[in-house]
Amino acid sequence: MNRFAHFVKKESLHILRDVRTILVVIGIPIVLTLLFGFAISTDVNNINVAACAPHRTAAVRDAVSRVSHTPLFTFKGYVAPDEIDKVLRTGTAEAVMVFADDYDRLVAGTAEVAGCGVQLVLDGSNPNVAASASAYLMQTLSGVAAASPIDTHILYNPQMKSAYNFVPGILGLIFILVCAMMTSISIVREKELGSMEVLLVSPVKPLWIIAAKMIPYFALSCINLLTVLLIARYALGVPMTGSVGGILLISGIYIALSLGFGLLVSTITDKQMVALLISGMVLMLPIMMFSGMLFPTENLPLVLRPITYIVPARWYIDAMRKLMIEGLAFGDVLLELGILAAMTIGIIRVALMKFNDRLE
Amino acid sequence: MENIISVRNLTKQFGAFRAVDNISFDVAQGEIFGFLGANGAGKTTAIRILCGLSRATSGTGSVAGCDIMTQSEDIKRNIGYMCQKFSLYEDLTVLENMELYGGIYGMHRKEILAKAEAMLTELEFWHHRHDLVRSIPAGWRQKLAFTVANLHAPKVIFLDEPTGGVDPLTRRQFWGMIRRAAAAGTTVFVTTHYMDEAALCDRVSIMVDGRIMALDTPEALISKYQVRTMDEVFRTLARNAVRNE
Repeated sequence: MNRFAHFVKKESLHILRDVRTILVVIGIPIVLTLLFGFAISTDVNNINVAACAPHRTAAVRDAVSRVSHTPLFTFKGYVAPDEIDKVLRTGTAEAVMVFADDYDRLVAGTAEVAGCGVQLVLDGSNPNVAASASAYLMQTLSGVAAASPIDTHILYNPQMKSAYNFVPGILGLIFILVCAMMTSISIVREKELGSMEVLLVSPVKPLWIIAAKMIPYFALSCINLLTVLLIARYALGVPMTGSVGGILLISGIYIALSLGFGLLVSTITDKQMVALLISGMVLMLPIMMFSGMLFPTENLPLVLRPITYIVPARWYIDAMRKLMIEGLAFGDVLLELGILAAMTIGIIRVALMKFNDRLE
Repeated sequence: MENIISVRNLTKQFGAFRAVDNISFDVAQGEIFGFLGANGAGKTTAIRILCGLSRATSGTGSVAGCDIMTQSEDIKRNIGYMCQKFSLYEDLTVLENMELYGGIYGMHRKEILAKAEAMLTELEFWHHRHDLVRSIPAGWRQKLAFTVANLHAPKVIFLDEPTGGVDPLTRRQFWGMIRRAAAAGTTVFVTTHYMDEAALCDRVSIMVDGRIMALDTPEALISKYQVRTMDEVFRTLARNAVRNE
């Protein structure tokens, strides 16, 4: 055990002496979480809305005031019917509410012919904004119109904040970055330096050398996990009502899996650059595309969807969303947990087999 | 004198390629043994077998009293190893490197510190013990690497081209260290491409195409081939090599 401790100390010193790397490893998760939480957001805010009404009756004024009091909208004033096209084209407004002549009576339910009270005219050049604006406006206005046909409730993330969704994705990415990429580079660096040869001639078991390398990165990952969870909870307000033990356990398994990937990559190559490329292309890219981190897996073409089943991050992100956002109990993520555990055991077994093969 | 390395009919086959072809030799305790050969001659493969990193296809042998076929882990405890490619971890201090290697060989902290102080003081380097290796000149690093490889008092120390890229003065100093270690009873098994260094060995072997073509003291080889220097001996033998890497 004494020998092992010497190795862990050596690996920790390598990391601690490399201040730039440690700043990147600790800093990137924080920056990413804050960026996705605050700056990069698919949420639509500050939608400029104008109104077009032949008569500014009490009901119209009431509807307009509801809209303008919602923080999502900025009311840009009334426009004439022939100005609608102009305000949308110039970008003065993203949406225009056109009120019917008999809007008062339609709202009151005393109209001679039932029909639409409000028409929404939207700038569709940014479909995301248009879709959100139309949904928000309908929701806001439906409170006015008595005969609203749709009653929508959004559960778990009622404000539909994208930050909630990103936090598990960021964790899924960070652990691959820190564990798989950094560990593989660190092992391959020893091969490149020639120090691996010196270590192999010593009485230390090869597996101990590798295990000693993993411990500091495991510790770093735990720091990452804590910082991201704390930021998510206290800065972004992610509810985290689910099982905290479950979050930690499933993250632990995913970290072990990432370390296994790192070892596997290091057995494939003797060059740091290649290790970096493999980690980047073969591990990071699928996480971005196929794990549901950025794009919902349901949006993928049918032929590509099976790929998501073999991307471990997909299961991790799914489970974390359930635990962090939906507030489910630990028992509800057993499927994801089982799949991840099986993948982890598989990866580590293959990595160890390849590692032992390479030694001879 | 007792043989510390003894090898009989050692062969290593990689598919159809015979990297080491039926070699036999003995190295005595306290001897400086030069293991020469052109690139691709099979030196590295032979050293890997002797160090317990690779298993011979056939043959027998022992290093420091341990069987090379069955006791590779015991061999590792009794040998030191140093190569040109890697000397010490640059982002660790001299003392941290010594603590790491001492620790790997199961030495206690106190023992490591005591030996490190004695060895570094002899080199007049004790006051630099907290310097990062990165900041130390290359020649010094090689000398320190030898000190580190010798820290756990191994019975045999394997030096794989230890003086590559080192200036002549440092090389002389380095060989002074080798001689002192040998005088203290450590066997030194060294490979080199510098024939002036080969002349400093007690005995040398010259490998060509996986076989040992010559093995004797430098003086005896020079007189046997009727030439003036070890360099000429080497060229006479290596000229006939088929393999070239």
